[in-house]
Amino acid sequence: MDTINDRLVIAGREFKSRLWVGTGKYKDFVETKKAIEASGADVVTVAVRRVNITDRSKENLLDYLDPKKYIILPNTAGCYTVEDAVRYARLARAAGVSDLVKLEVLGDEKTLFPDTAGLIEAAKILIKEGFIVLPYTNDDPIVAKKLVDIGCPAVMPLAAPIGSGLGIRNPYNLKIIMETVKVPIIVDAGVGTASDAALAMEYGADAVLMNTAIAGAQDPIAMAEAMKYGVWAGRLAYKAGRIPRKLYATASSPIEGML
Amino acid sequence: MIIHVNGESRGIGDGQTVAALLHELEIRADRVAVELNLEILDRKDFETRGLREGDRVEILSFIGGGAR
Repeated sequence: MDTINDRLVIAGREFKSRLWVGTGKYKDFVETKKAIEASGADVVTVAVRRVNITDRSKENLLDYLDPKKYIILPNTAGCYTVEDAVRYARLARAAGVSDLVKLEVLGDEKTLFPDTAGLIEAAKILIKEGFIVLPYTNDDPIVAKKLVDIGCPAVMPLAAPIGSGLGIRNPYNLKIIMETVKVPIIVDAGVGTASDAALAMEYGADAVLMNTAIAGAQDPIAMAEAMKYGVWAGRLAYKAGRIPRKLYATASSPIEGML
Repeated sequence: MIIHVNGESRGIGDGQTVAALLHELEIRADRVAVELNLEILDRKDFETRGLREGDRVEILSFIGGGAR
């Protein structure tokens, strides 16, 4: 694929890969590193948590993921209030080197669906403080538009609940989001396998972010590679422009020259 | 004097700085965020910021995480 002319740009930053990956749920850091390498992703999401001060031998994720090689995208995973999400975003900026944050304000433990009212409120605060806010949101076109209107340079609607592997539950809403907002759309969460990723890209998504679908696969490294090709195939197909669906057949071979 | 680091009580020398505490804990300062009594510190202030009795220090860093 001609990746040179097909770069994703968000808030003036160029992203090489259209597959973004999370770093949670792996067996160990070695597996994390191998899977991410196999995925070809250059954007990796990380969470912000207390350092283990009693067991200092514990290795650091960044020993395995060179921040010079990867774009580290901190998230506010696990935050259920505007206050917590803002606090974690500020901590992430203090711990890292960039203003990027994948903003999550969760509404419910069972579904992990976003609290979109809280999300908009938190996004407003962080944008005012100079953050580049990439919001994890529902597949709701109206909320997506509001997020863009307040200054989010991309939106990250879910395909299905986090970690569910259900694939794209509402393709029509995703399509409406893509037509409604003129910023990159990163389909985030709920992807189960490579065809889900391909489908998201065929619909016109600009990138796909996933974690569990790779880390939870029986062979995470092989699945990471499958996802890479799934995203590529979907992107190429989207750019190529598919044929229209028809009810009846159209012969591929000419009639002329038949006996 | 006693301070609280990541929720645990800990005895440290009087007037110890944040940088000294990180050094004692063998934590690389360039990879963490430090919150002192809910105030997020600038990394450049680690060397000068002194700790006081009862201070609540939170030291955080990036860990593996996707959506959750």
